[in-house]
Amino acid sequence: MSSLNLSHLDQLESEAIFIFREVAAQFEKPVILFSGGKDSITMVHLARKAFWPAKVPFPLLHIDTGHNFPEALEFRDSLAKKYNVTLDIGLVQDSIDRGTAREEKGINPSRNSLQSITLLEKLEEGGYDAAFGGGRRDEEKARAKERFFSHRDEFGQWDPKNQRPELWNLYNGKKAVGESFRIFPISNWTEMDVWQYIKKEKIELPSIYFSHKRSVVNRSGVWIAESPYNTLLEKESYEERVIRYRTLGCMTITGAIESTASTLDDIIEEVAAARQTERGNRADDKRSEAAMEDRKKQGYF
Amino acid sequence: MTEKKGYMDMDLLRFTTAGSVDDGKSTLIGRLMYDTKSIFQDQIDAIEESSKNRGDEYVNLALLTDGLKAEREQGITIDVAYRYFATPKRKFIIADTPGHIQYTRNMVTGASTANLAIILIDARKGVIEQTKRHSFIASLLQIKHVIVCINKMDLVDYSEDVFENIKSEYLGFDAKLEIPDIRFIPISALHGDNVVDRSKNMDWYQGPSLLWTLENVQIASDRNFIDSRMPVQWVIRPQSDKYHDFRGFAGTINGGVFRKGEEVVVLPSGFTSKIKSIETMNGQLNEAYAPMSIALTLEDEIDISRGDMIAKPNNQPKSSQDIEIMVCWLNTNGLKLGSKYIIKHTTNEAKCLIKDIRYKVNVNTLEKIEGVDGLEVNDIGRIQIKTAKPLFYDPYMKNRNTGSIILIDEFTNETVGAGMII
Ligand SMILES: Nc1nc2c(ncn2[C@@H]2O[C@H](COP(=O)(O)OP(=O)(O)O)[C@@H](O)[C@H]2O)c(=O)[nH]1
Repeated sequence: MSSLNLSHLDQLESEAIFIFREVAAQFEKPVILFSGGKDSITMVHLARKAFWPAKVPFPLLHIDTGHNFPEALEFRDSLAKKYNVTLDIGLVQDSIDRGTAREEKGINPSRNSLQSITLLEKLEEGGYDAAFGGGRRDEEKARAKERFFSHRDEFGQWDPKNQRPELWNLYNGKKAVGESFRIFPISNWTEMDVWQYIKKEKIELPSIYFSHKRSVVNRSGVWIAESPYNTLLEKESYEERVIRYRTLGCMTITGAIESTASTLDDIIEEVAAARQTERGNRADDKRSEAAMEDRKKQGYF
Repeated sequence: MTEKKGYMDMDLLRFTTAGSVDDGKSTLIGRLMYDTKSIFQDQIDAIEESSKNRGDEYVNLALLTDGLKAEREQGITIDVAYRYFATPKRKFIIADTPGHIQYTRNMVTGASTANLAIILIDARKGVIEQTKRHSFIASLLQIKHVIVCINKMDLVDYSEDVFENIKSEYLGFDAKLEIPDIRFIPISALHGDNVVDRSKNMDWYQGPSLLWTLENVQIASDRNFIDSRMPVQWVIRPQSDKYHDFRGFAGTINGGVFRKGEEVVVLPSGFTSKIKSIETMNGQLNEAYAPMSIALTLEDEIDISRGDMIAKPNNQPKSSQDIEIMVCWLNTNGLKLGSKYIIKHTTNEAKCLIKDIRYKVNVNTLEKIEGVDGLEVNDIGRIQIKTAKPLFYDPYMKNRNTGSIILIDEFTNETVGAGMII
């Protein structure tokens, strides 16, 4: 009997594949929210596995802040091409031009909070009724109670009191006209699980996850990359450091960590010993204890 | 790092925790996460900060598991939260169910996916009504392993007598339950006694610590390897020349084993065929078993769609439109005799009618209350339903996947009931 065991990674994979297929069956027009980070790259891999040898039956949607790492954009485009998936892009700049979003002021203006506006506009425009996100419950306190099928009202808002109980593997995606769902197939994965899985499945990642030299500035303990979107303060200056990224987002607020980890094994070792959550390096989560929850209510991933 | 290889290939154990308010559940979970180094420094900083703001005199580990803002303000938890930690041996998923209002509904939800339940008892209080309720729910949901943690042993001088008395009190009523494996551990969640390491304060206790028990309890044999079932979830038809004739019946194995070349039956049509291949993106397999997600191709062209059930000709699930169910009601809008709902079962769904409410269970005493015409939120009762088309199911006792259902309100689309087929 013991030969009929599945490892934790196999079980997590199976659960995620089940979710992808369930959404394909229960919804009209699902879409995969693709941030360019390792979690969404892992999701694309899982989606391919769910429908193989057919192609992934959903497009990817990237909400582009315009402040991306160039390496991440290149990777995004080549991934879409390689697996023959449609790539839909929503530009935060378009929302700003339309006047539906307003740029933050300050030295490192984050467009993260604006992403939710563009996202909701794109979801409506595309008629998408289910959007897959790479959110995990271990990431942040507010996510610990998140469902696999997370209901959003007609304004794209999340009401913590109005979420459906999820029992066994029975997922209820029924909704009224105009309502939609966010779907989190890797809810039960931890950061470590994702890295182990990437290694096991030999999933390719953008180069910036691995150790490299970069010009950065230290801003309240966070290493911020030199980029056209960042302005130096008085007394600040860029310096070369050997760093890597644990998460990808807006260049203006995504902090790098000093690291020489250049292989997946190095990274796994580093994650095992890490003293900070991935989000700990994102300046926007530090702004308030309930920051994540507030953004979620507005429709952020 | 000699462990590294093993780390890639750990087991997975899902457990739920139950206790009434202030028994120390949050402290225990916080301790397990803290002592297994599953908590990051920035999270610790955040709770240190919160503890200070609240005026707590020590870092309150319980805050780690405290979820949403509204709840934080009220100081209560009202929904199931999922927590994660791992040791080199196993990854653990905790369904942390709150001890307050709507308890039954939350515990049923958390227990539905759990292999094991931890039931907490405050050593000063002993077995109380809630303890019985938690144990009954664990039993009803067919959780095979229960660890009764008698907590706050530090407040009763680590007394063996107190522990033994509570243990025999518990064993006195558990005769009514169907839990094959019950263990008792005296702990102090606050000080860590017997949580990760054996306690030095309780020489009289010879058993293993809680974490050791969680790491070593055998769960593989709890799965059903006899009754082969695969509900068809999706049909894969690639629009490509290379796979022009490919028809893959995709699904997650719900029980038993399927092997290449074996004969299978497809329900409801009753047609039989042989398994031509078991497909995954990483290659073909010779056998597939629960809970793998795969795609089957068959030798013969038969019409198969989502909601169909694939089984073995000599071992088929039951098929009926008249089904008896133990249901837990989840919604403030109560269940009424004669009303209609949508029933979701495996990958299938149908309309159904509530034909009879046989009885309601008093979850504290396990007494049956007959002659009721409705169930309220958090009630558990046995009902009879009629479905608009036959379902292919097994009793929940035999298979948790093919024996479970949810009921959906047609008008609000909410999930209102959770049921176990009898
Ligand atoms: N002395 C002692 N106090 C404990 C122990 N476990 C928890 N507590 C305290 O009991 C109170 C309630 O604990 P908490 O974990 O919040 O309980 P919950 O409501 O079950 O989550 C807190 O003040 C804890 O510090 C223990 O083992 N010994």
